[in-house]
Amino acid sequence: MTVLERARAVAATVVDPELPMLTLADLGVLRDVEVSALGGVVVSITPTYSGCPAMATMRDDLVRTLRSEGFADVEVKIALQPAWTTDWITPAGRTALADAGISPPGPAPRRDGPVLLSLGPVRRANRCPRCDSEDVELTSEFGSTACKALYRCRACLEPFDHVKEI
Amino acid sequence: MISDDLLGNDAHWAFGTDFEDPLAGVDTTVPDGVDPASLARYCLMLGDDALVLSQRLSEWCSRAPDLEEDIALANVALDLLGQARLLLARAAAADPSVVPALPDDSPVPAEDALAFFRSPAEFRNVTMAELPNGDFAEAITRLLLLSTCRLAEFESMAAHPDAVLAAVAAKGRKELAYHRDFAARWFVTLARGTAESRRRVLDALDGLWAFWPELDAPAGVEVVLDQVFAAADVSRPEVAPARGLGRECVHTEALTDLLAEMQSVARAHPRGLW
Repeated sequence: MTVLERARAVAATVVDPELPMLTLADLGVLRDVEVSALGGVVVSITPTYSGCPAMATMRDDLVRTLRSEGFADVEVKIALQPAWTTDWITPAGRTALADAGISPPGPAPRRDGPVLLSLGPVRRANRCPRCDSEDVELTSEFGSTACKALYRCRACLEPFDHVKEI
Repeated sequence: MISDDLLGNDAHWAFGTDFEDPLAGVDTTVPDGVDPASLARYCLMLGDDALVLSQRLSEWCSRAPDLEEDIALANVALDLLGQARLLLARAAAADPSVVPALPDDSPVPAEDALAFFRSPAEFRNVTMAELPNGDFAEAITRLLLLSTCRLAEFESMAAHPDAVLAAVAAKGRKELAYHRDFAARWFVTLARGTAESRRRVLDALDGLWAFWPELDAPAGVEVVLDQVFAAADVSRPEVAPARGLGRECVHTEALTDLLAEMQSVARAHPRGLW
């Protein structure tokens, strides 16, 4: 394994501070890992939302993990472009979310034209992550963190989080 | 650059919570053909709109009609605070002369110096953002008008020659689409609800509409608003425009009060570390 491959493998083990069942790689937040000629590691991460309060924790976790694996010189950069989309959550990440009782996002809306106004009720082909029922209702488009909406299952009556599409 | 003593001594200024630099590693060189002072002024306009409205929305925390709307308004406030942070950091990087002078050894990052150490007469937000909070119908109506304009502004800003601003816009528009839809749905719900909820939303619209011309709505905004108004069975108010000069740093007393509260702790402890 080359130094670069090892650095990438180590960085890919770091988990998200708010969704610890998911690695930063599975969440699509880990954008790039590079190793300079002198052996310094440069990691690029992207915020999920502009106000994401977890960026510093992600950075510290990446630095600490890479250092503990022998990478002394670690730099973490912000990559603002392209903007994060839920489409970057990997299949493994989606499975991990569902296993933790969080409904994974559907396809993100296309954003290549003007953003159309949506006045009607939000419809998603969602299933309850606990009982798999399709009989679910939206409680609020805003939930416990910026990236989640709040749902309720009408079959098993449990509330659950849904990672909303952006 | 992450300093070597990050893990041993990561004390930072008590009022910042994230990366020391929200643009860490981002190339902030101002492109040819873009005037740095104009770019900074534009970033301050949009950054101050977001910061001030975020502060007003966060005043709703624990006071909204129900828990879901409380959380929703706090989420919107957090998104706007994040946009404000990026935009104020961009303004400072483009034209450092806009940042208030602090002692050389001050631990305050540039974007926080802009947020906490400017006087009201240095803020460029529109008047509508700073008006004191009214009832829930007023919060929804204000958010509808401001987020509709801001989304349209960000859609055109996504093609800005400054790559940093374009990136901030491409990210923010996804958030703003949720804000606008949230506000528009509640506006329609209130307008078509009870006589009391309709009265309140119409009163709110009448009160805010005087400040609409100051927003200098980008093309297409009025088409969207008319869609919402039609669904709500509401017509555009006929109200004489107020003299709104927020972009020229002329503000109401409400901004002075808002900033006095927002800035008081940072100004009392400008070297606070944790």
